[in-house]
Amino acid sequence: MARAPRAADVEGVPPEQAPDLTAAPGADKVEVPPAIVAQSLGGYMRAWVARIRAGESGVLPVLVGILAISIYFDARSTVFLSPGNLVNLFQQSAIFMVLAMAETFALVLGEIDLSIGYVGACGAAITVQLVQPVTTGWPWWAAIVAGLVFCLVFGAIQGTLITRLRLPSFIVTLAGFLIGNGMMLWILQRGPFSGYPNLTGVNGNEQVIYQLMWGTLDPTVSWILMAVAVAALGVYIWLGDWRRRRSGLVAPPASLTLIKIAVIAAVGIVVVAICDQNRAALGTLEGVPWVMVIVLGVLAAWTVLFQRTRYGRYIYAIGGNPEATRRAGINLALVRTGVFALCSFTAGIGMLLFASYLGGMSNNVQGGQYVLYAVAAAVIGGTSLFGGRGKPLHGVLGGLVIGGIYNGMFLLNYDVEPQFIVTGLVLLAAVTIDSLSRRGSTSGSVGRV
Amino acid sequence: MSTEFTQTSPSAAEPLLKVREIDKHFGPVQALYHVDLDLYAGKVTALCGDNGAGKTVLTKTLAGIHQPDHGQIFWQGQPVHVRSPRDASRLGIETVYQDLALCDNLDIVQNMFLGRERLRQGLLDEDSMERSAAETLASLRVTTVRSIRQPVASLSGGQRQSVAVAKAVMWNSKLVMLDEPTAALGVVQTRMVLDLVKRLRDHGLAVMVISHNLNDVFDVADRIAVLYLGRMVVQEDLSRLDRQRVVEYMTTGGRHDGQSPARS
Repeated sequence: MARAPRAADVEGVPPEQAPDLTAAPGADKVEVPPAIVAQSLGGYMRAWVARIRAGESGVLPVLVGILAISIYFDARSTVFLSPGNLVNLFQQSAIFMVLAMAETFALVLGEIDLSIGYVGACGAAITVQLVQPVTTGWPWWAAIVAGLVFCLVFGAIQGTLITRLRLPSFIVTLAGFLIGNGMMLWILQRGPFSGYPNLTGVNGNEQVIYQLMWGTLDPTVSWILMAVAVAALGVYIWLGDWRRRRSGLVAPPASLTLIKIAVIAAVGIVVVAICDQNRAALGTLEGVPWVMVIVLGVLAAWTVLFQRTRYGRYIYAIGGNPEATRRAGINLALVRTGVFALCSFTAGIGMLLFASYLGGMSNNVQGGQYVLYAVAAAVIGGTSLFGGRGKPLHGVLGGLVIGGIYNGMFLLNYDVEPQFIVTGLVLLAAVTIDSLSRRGSTSGSVGRV
Repeated sequence: MSTEFTQTSPSAAEPLLKVREIDKHFGPVQALYHVDLDLYAGKVTALCGDNGAGKTVLTKTLAGIHQPDHGQIFWQGQPVHVRSPRDASRLGIETVYQDLALCDNLDIVQNMFLGRERLRQGLLDEDSMERSAAETLASLRVTTVRSIRQPVASLSGGQRQSVAVAKAVMWNSKLVMLDEPTAALGVVQTRMVLDLVKRLRDHGLAVMVISHNLNDVFDVADRIAVLYLGRMVVQEDLSRLDRQRVVEYMTTGGRHDGQSPARS
């Protein structure tokens, strides 16, 4: 009989959900996350504590981690929290952040993409090669578009193999990792640069790419930009919550909305204040670096995609229950292929920042290591390895942790060995939290079929 | 073997869904033989039968997952072909499978609108979806759910079943088929789901419930259809049958000598 074996197992078996037999109708109430019934600020705070106790810790562990890293390295190094080093730390972390946001696509789907390091590096190599004035001399924007389109297409091909031929993503992207490595070396060998095309020339197009990481906005512009961004976000949050309150939907109290906006504004002010200090030993170096704007731009774009579009909703749905998503009439193959394409595309942005950081491209880029850092950053930030849970913001926060460890241990003159070991331990801790919180949330409810 | 019990229904109305002489086989296995079935709006029909009787195949045929080899399906008197679940939804046929097909990581609203999200300026219109979902749940009096923004993972079995049913009836559906809705539920939860089924009937929907549990069947159903080894052995108003007869139909196909009609 064409029937799901699971269904056949259940047939004829008496219900065994003992807790339900005795449960009063009101017993379900204890399972409800308190946040959604809380209407006052105090209620929300209590709900928050209850959620953390229940394992729904969200970004709290990673914020605690960032705080712990700051305290530890600040105690041991006088420069760790200096404005110059904080900006430097952000620049180093930016690569991990963007790569982690890339990996978030695959992770939310419940898959993994091992190829992003070298695929992104291929894209960056293409861009760096194309702007070289002595060879092709393309304008910077065309070179960037070419590099990113390469990544998009590479990812789409991988996604097609994974979805149409039903090959495991682990293997397909492992192949992509090797192919990407080979292609990157091949691309870098073109032209008279012996594998090291650089961006240090005075040519305008090279300079734009170089400035992606090293350029800064004028301090006044930084303030204005920050004010505009915070105001826009604040108005958006306020209007959204206000509309919900007005139409009688569940909404946080006005005080909490204001606190949220105030926190965002405070973070913006602190960040710009730090960046606007002169951090050069000689001469002047001040203002918000471009890379911060780029990372925030990617974060904003992908957050909207994940949280506010049908496409993002379907990524979560597939990560949660692919069969249910298929029955809802959603084209799974299309969504999943797109995820791998966007994953590689975002990795292209990340590795472009890396090329800018290096001031060129090198044939000994450790693409494999960057993949592992990207997965680690996403998971440390709170994205689940098991699919269905995760946000671009998690990648940014996790990237800050990895960048902080990297930067702090460098300042303390540690070698690379303890740095790897510590990063590995942090990753283990993050996966443990992920796994435990997952177990906590499943054992919490009864009567699940 | 007579299968013409359809005229015994007191309802003179045309059945919403009429199945005539449906055959379905999978390779050498004949799953359905000349099956007839009538489902009426405003009535709960229980589809019963032992394991392997063909209940699920019949349901999946109506849901557009299987295509019948022979026979016809009439919807509101018109012959129709249900070639895909999309076709079924378009007609107004929704199926709630035993595994419920809910995404644990999404909340109730997100699950109810999955695949049919409303947009405003290209982005998800959460507020409008939330209001509609709340209205549907309220009309079905699914009130034990404290907030429709809680993830489905945090719901009990009965609540999950209710959400799956609400999801099915949200789209102007006229016929809802429920596959073993109370299996694996406790007493209180079963009560809640059966009450929900009755409310669907009171809303004028045709409901078909696949069930093994005769307590549930006699509690909730107006009519009963029994499959035995791929044949429809009886379709009758439940008031004309007692438990003893139903069990006989389910276990022997209605023959007192215990011979199966398929083998005779």
